[in-house]
Amino acid sequence: MSASVYFDHNASAPLDPRVLATMLPFMREHHGNASSLHRAGRRARNALDAARAQVAMLVGSEPGEVVFTSGGSEANALALRGCCEARTPSRLLVSAVEHSSVLAPARALFRAGWVLEIIPVDRDCRVDLAALDELLERGPVALVSVMLANNETGVLQDVAAIAARVRSRGGVLHVDAAQAAGRVPIDMRALGCQLLTLSAHKLHGPQGAGALLRDRGLQLAPLIAGGGQEQGLRGGTEPVAALVGFGAAAALAAAELPARAAAMLVLRQRLETGLRELCGVALVAEGAARLPNTVQFALAGLDGAALQMGFDRLGFAVSTGSACHAGKPSHVLAAMGLPNDIAQGAIRVSLGKDNTASEVDAFIVALAGISAALPVAAVG
Amino acid sequence: MSVGTSDCTYFDYAATTPVDPEVAQAMAACLTAEGAFANPASTHAPGRAARMLVEQARAEVGAAVGAPADWVVFTSGATESNNLALKGFMRAHRKRGQHLITVKTEHKSVLDTAKALERDGASITWLTPGRDGRVDPAAVASALRDDTVLVAVMLVNNELGVIQPVAEIAALAHARGALMHVDAVQGLGKLPLDIGALGADSMSLSAHKCYGPKGIGALVVRRAPGVVLEAQMHGGGHERGLRSGTLATHQIVGFGAAARLAAARVGAESSRLAALRARLEQRLAALHGLHINCPVALSVPNIISVSVDGVHGESLLADLEGFALSTGSACSAASPEPSYVLRALGLDDLTAAATLRISMGRGTRERDIDRLADALAATVARLRCLAPAA
Repeated sequence: MSASVYFDHNASAPLDPRVLATMLPFMREHHGNASSLHRAGRRARNALDAARAQVAMLVGSEPGEVVFTSGGSEANALALRGCCEARTPSRLLVSAVEHSSVLAPARALFRAGWVLEIIPVDRDCRVDLAALDELLERGPVALVSVMLANNETGVLQDVAAIAARVRSRGGVLHVDAAQAAGRVPIDMRALGCQLLTLSAHKLHGPQGAGALLRDRGLQLAPLIAGGGQEQGLRGGTEPVAALVGFGAAAALAAAELPARAAAMLVLRQRLETGLRELCGVALVAEGAARLPNTVQFALAGLDGAALQMGFDRLGFAVSTGSACHAGKPSHVLAAMGLPNDIAQGAIRVSLGKDNTASEVDAFIVALAGISAALPVAAVG
Repeated sequence: MSVGTSDCTYFDYAATTPVDPEVAQAMAACLTAEGAFANPASTHAPGRAARMLVEQARAEVGAAVGAPADWVVFTSGATESNNLALKGFMRAHRKRGQHLITVKTEHKSVLDTAKALERDGASITWLTPGRDGRVDPAAVASALRDDTVLVAVMLVNNELGVIQPVAEIAALAHARGALMHVDAVQGLGKLPLDIGALGADSMSLSAHKCYGPKGIGALVVRRAPGVVLEAQMHGGGHERGLRSGTLATHQIVGFGAAARLAAARVGAESSRLAALRARLEQRLAALHGLHINCPVALSVPNIISVSVDGVHGESLLADLEGFALSTGSACSAASPEPSYVLRALGLDDLTAAATLRISMGRGTRERDIDRLADALAATVARLRCLAPAA
């Protein structure tokens, strides 16, 4: 019978049972609306305040800087559109490898009259700092958006260096840290960004919760109007249970981060060693600093989708790229200038805190079997 | 069902409802390692399992309002749904015009969105309802113009309980080529809902107003030529491209279960609530200087708005501390301003402030009604005696 091995934590990380335990009372007994003034409402409000502090703590921020959203996509939309719609149209820079939830609002702003320029990356997925300098020298920039860790390759950007450049030009820097949170230490002050995106379900919290952290002085226009919640920046009754879970997940991630990161790195290296021993495997962005949990690789001439299905049949959940684009060629790998046969064949393994060495070993064995059975595709 | 704490009786079901135990169980089952924890957009087995549950819930939510599953666009809640409908339709139909008709007593999420559109150049007609809270379809007819893109009228007002003549208004709107958006949040589970019979092109729903979880809602959008709206949250192309972001499986599953239960129970529950309401009204009728702001014949059975003459609103609520009540919408609770809904009916500020919204639900029993009526009678007598407000 097939194994049941989950290697797709960058798509969604399973909820930590300890997080679920904090959510259940708010799903069952405490049902107040956090905006209500009566006791049930105040209890919900207090729980939200505690969650807000936990989330802020994870990234060295303050509770007053946390704007809760329905997830990372909304936080990214709020960062880009909220920041730009509060300003007169000028220039906006985003890296070529951003998540679609950054690229899509950037394109929407372009249609609304903003000048949108794309910052290129090198072959290892790193933002080209010289190109960024050039773009910044060309004129004033209102907003720059660069992710901390790429969801497909796991590559970490040198955000502090980018922030220094953007700040010297008077621009605002937004950092999508959805994939980095809980996997590498994050300090919003040290990064030097004014806006930072987090998502609960990437750090073993529930789906449907996220946050945009915002420097308090920064002007933002709300994306969702009405009700005045979240300092007027995000209307709607707060999902108390989900946000309590987000807070708990953030607190656990903060407490356990060194141990989790070290354990995942050991597994990642074990996986990489195993992959290197197989014939014809190419590791993506091998030389770059990456998340401790993410490995992307391709087998020369093999189709990634077929490979992924082969793994699926054997009970291994891996991905060909971003879950948000299942089935489409990756814009990230294209921006890195990878040859077609690698881009088409790429498989992403994203590990979690509960994966084991034997799962990694079984995966290598399975890969050897699948690749021997698959026909070499005519790509390239 | 647990309702509030033992020393506090919950009468604020219009603000939010407790999660039904069956709903909570369905949600909790998704959240374990054996559950549907994966991203429903993933193509592997755990992803497909999550997707299957999402699609089942989509069908349940659609069925609760007489819509096919593929009309349902999941959102983070009704505030987002109202934002999506208003901005989405107005922006997609810029070429047709910039005119929006809505009502002064709509929910904040409609009012604030309409104001945002107004700042962006839209022209808004703000209709004033009658003293009973009802919108006169004739007022809509005379406000309609050739460049009217959208008419937005809620099905049930959240503070008054009044049911708006949505079907009539929709027919008028359609006759002039305009679209019809209906915020049906307070209707789900209280009235039988049918999007076709209402004539709505889009309809906002919220799970937590009908014993589902907070943080999930839907915009049900009719699939027909001309019913086109622009996405407000762009990204991975989820939800027909109308709303991007990872679908929160457990929330959606909870919403589906809540919608199914609401539709199944609506008949029996509405009769039960109507009887409770009649009991409360009978008790209130015995008290002098109390006014019910919307006649029973025009409203849902679970909401009663009562204004009390001769007392201060703050003292009234403070004295009724053992009851979870509100003076109006929870979304406006933090504001010291009297309710804009009550003002639109023509109530003066003092009376508006001395108004209680009593909203009942599945946990409300006859003895709760009696306790509230007793407490209200005692409080009003005491306050009027202590410090007559007027």
